[in-house]
Amino acid sequence: MSHSTTTTWDGGGLPFGVSWQKLMMWLFIVGDAILFASFLAGYGFLRLANPNWPDSGQIFHMSLIGTMTFVLISSSATMAAAVGASRAGQREKATRLVWLTALGGAIFLGMQAYEWSTFIHAGARLSTNPWGVPLFSSCFFVITGFHGTHVASGVLILALTAWRNSTGKASAEGVELAGLYWHFVDLVWVFIFTFFYLV
Amino acid sequence: MSNHEQHAPLGFWRKYVFSLDHKVIGLQYIGMAVVMALLGSGLAMIMRIQLAWPGAKLSWLGKLFPNAFPEGLLAPEHYLSIITMHGTVMVFFVISLALVSGFGNYLIPIQIGARDMAYPFLNALSFWVMVPACLVMIASFFVEGGAAASGWTAYPPLSALKNAVPGSQWGQTLWLLAMALFIVSFTMGGLNYVTTVLNLRAKGMSLMRMPLTIWTMFIAAIIGLVSFPPLTAAAIMLLFDRHGGTSFFVPAGLSIAGKPVMHDGGTPLLWQHLFWFLGHPEVYVLILPGLGITFEILATHARKTVFGYKMIVWCLIVIAVLGCVVWGHHMFVSGMNPWLGEFFTIGTLIITIPSAIIGLCMLATLYGGSLRLNAALLFALGTLALFGTGGFGGVFLGNATSDIFLHDSYFVVGHFHFMIGGVTLFATLAGLYHWFPKMFGRHLNEGLGKIHFWLSILGFYGMFLTMHFVGINGAPRRYYDFKAYKMLEGLQTYHLCITISAFTFAVASIIFLLNVTWSLWRGKKAERNPWDATTLEWVAPSPPPHGNWDGPDPVVHRWPYDLSTHAGAKDFAMQTEGPDKAPVTS
Repeated sequence: MSHSTTTTWDGGGLPFGVSWQKLMMWLFIVGDAILFASFLAGYGFLRLANPNWPDSGQIFHMSLIGTMTFVLISSSATMAAAVGASRAGQREKATRLVWLTALGGAIFLGMQAYEWSTFIHAGARLSTNPWGVPLFSSCFFVITGFHGTHVASGVLILALTAWRNSTGKASAEGVELAGLYWHFVDLVWVFIFTFFYLV
Repeated sequence: MSNHEQHAPLGFWRKYVFSLDHKVIGLQYIGMAVVMALLGSGLAMIMRIQLAWPGAKLSWLGKLFPNAFPEGLLAPEHYLSIITMHGTVMVFFVISLALVSGFGNYLIPIQIGARDMAYPFLNALSFWVMVPACLVMIASFFVEGGAAASGWTAYPPLSALKNAVPGSQWGQTLWLLAMALFIVSFTMGGLNYVTTVLNLRAKGMSLMRMPLTIWTMFIAAIIGLVSFPPLTAAAIMLLFDRHGGTSFFVPAGLSIAGKPVMHDGGTPLLWQHLFWFLGHPEVYVLILPGLGITFEILATHARKTVFGYKMIVWCLIVIAVLGCVVWGHHMFVSGMNPWLGEFFTIGTLIITIPSAIIGLCMLATLYGGSLRLNAALLFALGTLALFGTGGFGGVFLGNATSDIFLHDSYFVVGHFHFMIGGVTLFATLAGLYHWFPKMFGRHLNEGLGKIHFWLSILGFYGMFLTMHFVGINGAPRRYYDFKAYKMLEGLQTYHLCITISAFTFAVASIIFLLNVTWSLWRGKKAERNPWDATTLEWVAPSPPPHGNWDGPDPVVHRWPYDLSTHAGAKDFAMQTEGPDKAPVTS
């Protein structure tokens, strides 16, 4: 991206006051949000079409899910702190906070792996499950799996950002871009948490 | 700032193959679209031969593809594959590639005064993901069972169950993979389009001074970014249905060849909703850039300012917004709640208002102009004609009452070929005649161009207007042989007429390809601004070097359609001309 980091637009303030990098990240997030919305809408459509949908409260370990959610949301807080530190020029502090955020993501993934394995031990498969409508477990694996993939890629991005930041290669904006993606992944989980485990 | 010095001369591979230059990438897309168009139209010709002369033997194809053409006779299940691949290739790999990816990449930076896209590497990556998408799509012809056979809409259960038809085997899986690659590529391109248009405009290029081509590309990119994700989600679920044993789209109680299918609880309607949430906006992704290019060419070659520029921009935005919430009009016969049908009907019919305004603005742009009847303008006029006739048919299909009768008939085939086949193709061709001098520094041959136009428009109306009548008379689409049905036997003459028109169109296209080949080397040399046009690309040399302008960055002083507003020998003012050269009107 050699020549485009500065922009040729000099007819006043930039539209939305953001660089193209940040704008592009926002647009990507909007698209990805619609992707998750489609999955959740599809899930809702199928659930409404199947009146005998299993009662998720009876099946999931809510304390585990609650802890997972807490960890993930806390990692958003450390991310926000990292962006603040990076903007203030405190590079080492920012690096530590990004590593901490990545750790939060990794713990979330570990707990999700544990949740999946107990679920599978209880007899759930992609195409069938012991509680009734087969689509119940299909939706669960596909949607939480898709989100988990996002978390995993987010952890990778965070690790890369932390490493680049420690060597001084990442700009404050680079940290912020990784942060935007991370907040988005966390926000999506809030919706998945609500629609899968609470409703 | 000037970043021209960074665009140093490069070797052959970096310059023409793995290029980061938006113009080279744009031309690569157009070239790829031409190759895919040969495939797509070849498939169409096979269909037309089969429909005009059912049971005709194509012995040379029989030798090449003994499975699909046993003894030269097209097998019915492979007729379905050919339909599917013709639709998919033409919509996604020809029109999208040439019009949106090709012209979009070529024109967006150069018309807004940027030296390249916001993120040239992502742009090149988007092209190099499209290459495997095309290859996978072509490869699906050669797997067991042949290419996908569930239509370009890939409706389940046909697409979800591997043993439904021969094409539902690996052909369908490869189809889904190719589409996934296509979506990834298209998303990367779209991200670049939107950020480039918003953040990289030259000094003075306010939004309301952008050429309409840029407005339409910009809006199309936004629609694409919003509407492709649902198809991605649906494609992932369909892959799980096919290979993971899930039943997202497969209901209970199906059986194939007497054997019950082990699926339960899903519904094909979910696919239809998710698919058409993309499928309908995709129509506007293709149509809108076509309209933008048409405005550009009408204004330049009629020597008139575009009539109602601001109104057109708002109409485009209204169309884009409404276009994203009317997908249900493709599903009127799916048993939807009549009240919901009413919503989709009204939404669809409201779209006719901004569309009609755009059509009228085109006519008003022509009114009182001094037309240069060259090939570019002729094709732009053809686009306008097709937009009118095709839009008229759309009124009948958008209304649930008449759609229930016309649904899945040849009327639909005729209609969408006028719109996403015709408006887009004619606009693409108009754009090629118009920008060819800029792209290659040489003009296309005008005489051959005019023959190309007249044969094309004759062939096109002969094919697709006739299809409207065949449809009203009750012929359903996707049938292999109409002679087999007594009530449809009488339509055979129409089918013959369509096929003859198709051959006419094919001849016209061959003339065009010859014209391009000849003109690339022998065409009349073009100067910087051969059309006396006003937009920024005509300030650059023909063809423009990497980095677009040989001088300093362009500065914009006026809107793009300052034509016939000035007395004297020179009837136009380019966007870069300051108020000292000519008064700034807008």
